[in-house]
Amino acid sequence: MSKAAQASGTEGLMPTVLKVFRGRRSKSATGADKSFRWLTLGCSLLVPLMMIAIGLELVLTSLPALKHFGWRFFFSQEWNPVLQEFGAASSIYGTLVSTLIAMLIAIPLSLAVALFLVELAPPRLSRVVGTLIELLAAVPSIIYGMWGLYVFAPFMSHYIQPFLGETLGFLPLFQGPPMGIGMLTAGIIIAFMVLPFVSAIARDVFSLVPSVVKEAAFGMGATTWEVTYKVTIPYGLVGIIGAAFLGLGRALGETMAVTFVIGNAHKISASLFTGANTIASTLANEFSEATEPLYISSLVALGLVLYVITYLVQMFSQMMLRRMYRSWSVGL
Amino acid sequence: MKPRPPTGRRLANLVVSLSAGASALIGIVILFWITIIVVIRGFGALNLAFFTQMPTPPGVGGGGLANAIVGTLVLTMVATLLALPLGLLAGIYLAEFGGEARAADYSRFSANVLMGMPSIIVGVFAYAMVVVPLGHFCGYAGGLALAILMLPVVTRTTEDMLRLVPNTLREAALALGAPRWRVILAVVFRAAKAGLITGTLLAVARVSGETAPLLFTALNSPYMMTSLGQPTPNLPVTIFNYAMSPYPDWQQKAWGASLLITGGVLALTLLTRYILGERKR
Repeated sequence: MSKAAQASGTEGLMPTVLKVFRGRRSKSATGADKSFRWLTLGCSLLVPLMMIAIGLELVLTSLPALKHFGWRFFFSQEWNPVLQEFGAASSIYGTLVSTLIAMLIAIPLSLAVALFLVELAPPRLSRVVGTLIELLAAVPSIIYGMWGLYVFAPFMSHYIQPFLGETLGFLPLFQGPPMGIGMLTAGIIIAFMVLPFVSAIARDVFSLVPSVVKEAAFGMGATTWEVTYKVTIPYGLVGIIGAAFLGLGRALGETMAVTFVIGNAHKISASLFTGANTIASTLANEFSEATEPLYISSLVALGLVLYVITYLVQMFSQMMLRRMYRSWSVGL
Repeated sequence: MKPRPPTGRRLANLVVSLSAGASALIGIVILFWITIIVVIRGFGALNLAFFTQMPTPPGVGGGGLANAIVGTLVLTMVATLLALPLGLLAGIYLAEFGGEARAADYSRFSANVLMGMPSIIVGVFAYAMVVVPLGHFCGYAGGLALAILMLPVVTRTTEDMLRLVPNTLREAALALGAPRWRVILAVVFRAAKAGLITGTLLAVARVSGETAPLLFTALNSPYMMTSLGQPTPNLPVTIFNYAMSPYPDWQQKAWGASLLITGGVLALTLLTRYILGERKR
């Protein structure tokens, strides 16, 4: 008991104060606490509910088209709003091929960037470069589209495509007039857009590998490349796969930039120089003009395909990344 | 004497190091290439009229995008008002109550998946939920789509920021007899204020340039918006329409709008990084 309390004669009051306080807490406060807890729980369940609601709504709205066309919907290349004949094959093909091109470029590029940031660059340079690469992720998709259509596509048609045509023109992939827009250009731009996402996680993975392990390899006389190739990458493989799938999910759904540069043609062709389309670009181009119920339903069915693919890819990516962070925070 | 690896291995190392540096350089070149082009082409379009006047038909010249600028601000605000309270509360559960509970785990997982969901899918959802029942495109649908995109971002950053607050603060407040909800709202929130603001700004930056979810929800309109029940003009869809048009004066407006959006988003992103950097120090 403090001297001040004794002096002012409040000593006798203390038990009463405590009792009053405890009484208040046990009734109204815990009641409020309980409802507050339920409120926050409700809000946090809103996120998974939203996820499920989106899936359900897509299934319900796309049912008419799926019933009408059956399996044909997924294998037909026909897309004719006038004749009300819809098939998803060219959109699905375009989505897969443009994503494949993007990932073939983005994964090595992102790993190299991460390697540079973690192992090679001095800390200050690494911070600046890391920030700049992250800013790439902040540039809105439509800006990539503007730049892609007006700047990068002409660049492709003047320099890259003629060069590819001359050197690798014997492959059907690189035949045809160098128009600039098309599958290849779309794939390359997606790669630039995915790069910051993959490299950010790869960077985490590289820097999470315990330095003892790396130093042991350096101590054996290994070079930086050998340490990366034989120690860091195998050690962080789960995380790198997770990062790659995260990028894959983003690449599959990339919309605006692709819509600008892919040429929007509903056909499958061997050449990467010709116009194509993806699920997302078809939705972006045609949705606001679709009026007939079957047309809208077919477009939503395309959306459903994209939803299912990205959901599976994201799920796999989350599982991999979680496994990595779990085992590393516990195991080491 | 320093032992050195044989030439072949040293060469391989050199090649890999150089290409790693080159890769980083490619990323930076792309960033600067895009920003410089947007600044050069967009700067000419920006003048007082761009911000204050209404759009003109192609070829007439003059005019501006006042309606789209207002529309984008309103849509972003609507989305923030919808997503921010829900996201904050959801984040509170994950950080303060959830822990390792299954509900929290599932919510975290869904938030991560939703963050990677293509934004156009969210647009399709908002279309089916709002546009179809109402029978016409409207701003509410656009606001809803943007809010759904914001929600997981706000939720996850709130959780991360609240977890950074030291437990001793919570214990001190609880020991004074304060109920949990007051501890969280009055003490933990205050301690995490800078982080929470950063998270909100990041979420705003993320959605303010989004085009795909607005294409068939808010649509676009050449008029000043009077209510959210109507098609709502906005900058991203205006950029899309104008850039795809064959008219040079519209294309220039599109570049001007691109500069506005890019500048805004990059500035917001850099600001959040600065706030976070200050905190770490």
